[in-house]
Amino acid sequence: MLLNIKNLHVEIDGKEIISGLNLGINKGEIHAIMGPNGTGKSTLAYAIAGREGYEVTKGEIIYKGENILNWEPDKRANEGIFLGFQYPVEIPGVSMTNFMRTAINAQREYREQGSISGKDFLARMEEKKKLVEIHTKLTSRSVNEGFSGGEKKKNEIFQMAMLEPTMAVLDETDSGLDIDALKIVANGVNLIKNEENAFLIITHYQRLLDYIVPDFVHVLYDGKIVKSGGKKLAEQLEEQGYEWIKEEFERVS
Amino acid sequence: MNNSQQISLKERFEKQFEEHKKNLYKHDTRKVAEYRSQGYDAFRRLGFPTRKLEDWKNTDLKKALETDYKQEFELTHEEVNVEDLFECKVHDFDTEISSLLNGWYVYTDSPLKKLPDGTIMGSLAKAMKEYPDLVDQYYGEAFRLEQNGFTAMNTAFAQDGVFIYVPDNVKVKRPIQLINIINKNENIFIQNRNLVVIGKNAELTMVHCDDSVNHNISFTNSLTEAVIGENAGLDHYKLQNLNNNSSLINSSFFSLEKNSRLKANAITLNGGLIRNNIHVSLNGENGAADVYGVFLLDREQHVDNQVFIDHRMPNCYSNELFKGILDEKSTGVFNGHIMVRKDAQITNAYQNNKNLLLTDEAKMNAKPFLEIYADDVKCSHGATVGQLDKEAMFYLKSRGIDADKARTLLMYAFAAEVIEKISIEPLKVRIDDMVKRRLRGELSVCDRCVLHCSEPEKEIEFDIDLSKI
Ligand SMILES: Nc1ncnc2c1ncn2[C@@H]1O[C@H](COP(=O)(O)OP(=O)(O)O)[C@@H](O)[C@H]1O
Ligand SMILES: [Mg+2]
Repeated sequence: MLLNIKNLHVEIDGKEIISGLNLGINKGEIHAIMGPNGTGKSTLAYAIAGREGYEVTKGEIIYKGENILNWEPDKRANEGIFLGFQYPVEIPGVSMTNFMRTAINAQREYREQGSISGKDFLARMEEKKKLVEIHTKLTSRSVNEGFSGGEKKKNEIFQMAMLEPTMAVLDETDSGLDIDALKIVANGVNLIKNEENAFLIITHYQRLLDYIVPDFVHVLYDGKIVKSGGKKLAEQLEEQGYEWIKEEFERVS
Repeated sequence: MNNSQQISLKERFEKQFEEHKKNLYKHDTRKVAEYRSQGYDAFRRLGFPTRKLEDWKNTDLKKALETDYKQEFELTHEEVNVEDLFECKVHDFDTEISSLLNGWYVYTDSPLKKLPDGTIMGSLAKAMKEYPDLVDQYYGEAFRLEQNGFTAMNTAFAQDGVFIYVPDNVKVKRPIQLINIINKNENIFIQNRNLVVIGKNAELTMVHCDDSVNHNISFTNSLTEAVIGENAGLDHYKLQNLNNNSSLINSSFFSLEKNSRLKANAITLNGGLIRNNIHVSLNGENGAADVYGVFLLDREQHVDNQVFIDHRMPNCYSNELFKGILDEKSTGVFNGHIMVRKDAQITNAYQNNKNLLLTDEAKMNAKPFLEIYADDVKCSHGATVGQLDKEAMFYLKSRGIDADKARTLLMYAFAAEVIEKISIEPLKVRIDDMVKRRLRGELSVCDRCVLHCSEPEKEIEFDIDLSKI
């Protein structure tokens, strides 16, 4: 198993947000996580990426056979974990090129490869830009600064394509996108996907799943996965909303 | 430690004034001599500033003034090759170099040079002999405008400095690089006076470097007067890279005539105690002044930036942006005073000061002060003191960049806003590189001109290709 999350409990400021979550992902699989707002989807994503302040009080996250809870976020990234942010951060003054080159070189250093040559780096930038249909120059632009909502999301997929992760977690990359941008994002994912990597796609709507076909769909509610199924489950959620899940959950507990 | 020792340094200077009177007045024009006498009286009255004065509240000179300093009242080096002492030429940045060694003008061939375009450049002492009328026409404005202990003292004690005169309609091609070198095996007190006159429709770029060559204790009280004529422009870059035992009082007075432009940029990389006094007088309509600064401090370094922008006439514009990064136990001050006088209608004046504190012990004191007597005025000011953005830190780390590199990237990004404003490309590349090195902790005082201390990464080919993206 590539990623195995066992009985995960996560607290923010002493408040438990994720309470006993289990999830296993194999190479080559696409998993989707759906759920109403405020149920802990982003919290789960941050916990996987290792964000400070997201305290794991119980359980483990096993990645490639190792418990990664003590790893710094940069180590997790260099080992192949990627988080596509729900709200990508603007960093004025850091150009996209400088950012990406620093990231690629950090990864290469970690893997004991030499720095990337200017030429190779440029070629890679060009290739990946095409993949997500970014047409503007990135040299002169600061990271996400002045990017439209859609551009920011495309930029996340672009970074993912540049870094070629093994385990990609995409947190609501589809929200706020028009249908064209949505297709571009989905297309990016489909092109990157292979038998050696896996995706965890967090989404609020099932429309993204029309373009990225998941192997499994999970419903997150109140910090736990309360239901799992195939693509059909996503369609059912789209038609019936989350109310029935809530009711079912409340009845059980 | 107490007041009596400060008084005694003052007394010692009074004694020296009497002792060296002959030397002090030796090169003076009649007007300069008059100013000198007035300056001396004012210095006796005012003495060194203490923290009791409002604008010295946050800068303590006590320790710096405890030392027994010596000033050189006579030129001791007749001919020195600055290049022997200090490597200044930078291969891709072609400048006209003028240097001061311990406050005295250094020359290889002539103390006063005339460039092919008519620009005169050289020793102020010499200019007083050869161009007394020119000197008299412009000298002393600073002292009239701001009588404080240090301008008074400089007016009383300064004997030499750099003199630059750009005739009307001349656009000086190569930037003039002014280098203040401190190199003395004793504790030295340096007081130099620079006078820069830019004629109508003329243009000049100056790069002014304060460097120390060794680690000895020094105190510099430097004063620059720059007069920017009608429709003329001055780009003024100041680079400070001094040792931690140095104290520098650096006063710059810029007068802007009608339709003239000033772009001033003060970049502080290292220094023990630095006080930058920047005084901008908008004396004619349509003047425009951009005053920028960035300071990077650590250890117990202290920088105090005092900016006074005086809007005296209508339709002028001023814009201040100062950014500071303070690490360890360093301390900083920014006092921005904008004065809009009654006649200065349709004034646009902006001020912004942003600071990053990297430790709990670092301190920044920022105070904007707007004094407005006209009614048609657009003014804004802002001051922020903050830490590195945690969200941005996490974002960078989540891409594999370690904490140290992420910090450096963010600090650099913070400073870049000011560096971006540098309009001379090779200079920008240099300063950019120096700032990066400084932030990585790799730049300290070196035995060469700061512009030369670092070689930007050789990625020119790479940079060109990038533009295609
Ligand atoms: N930084 C934070 N501090 C305190 N509470 C937080 C923070 N971030 C999220 N929460 C809380 O955690 C819960 C789950 O949030 P989140 O993981 O963002 O949900 P989702 O992504 O499913 O919409 C919410 O109740 C939210 O208010
Ligand atoms: Mg969320």
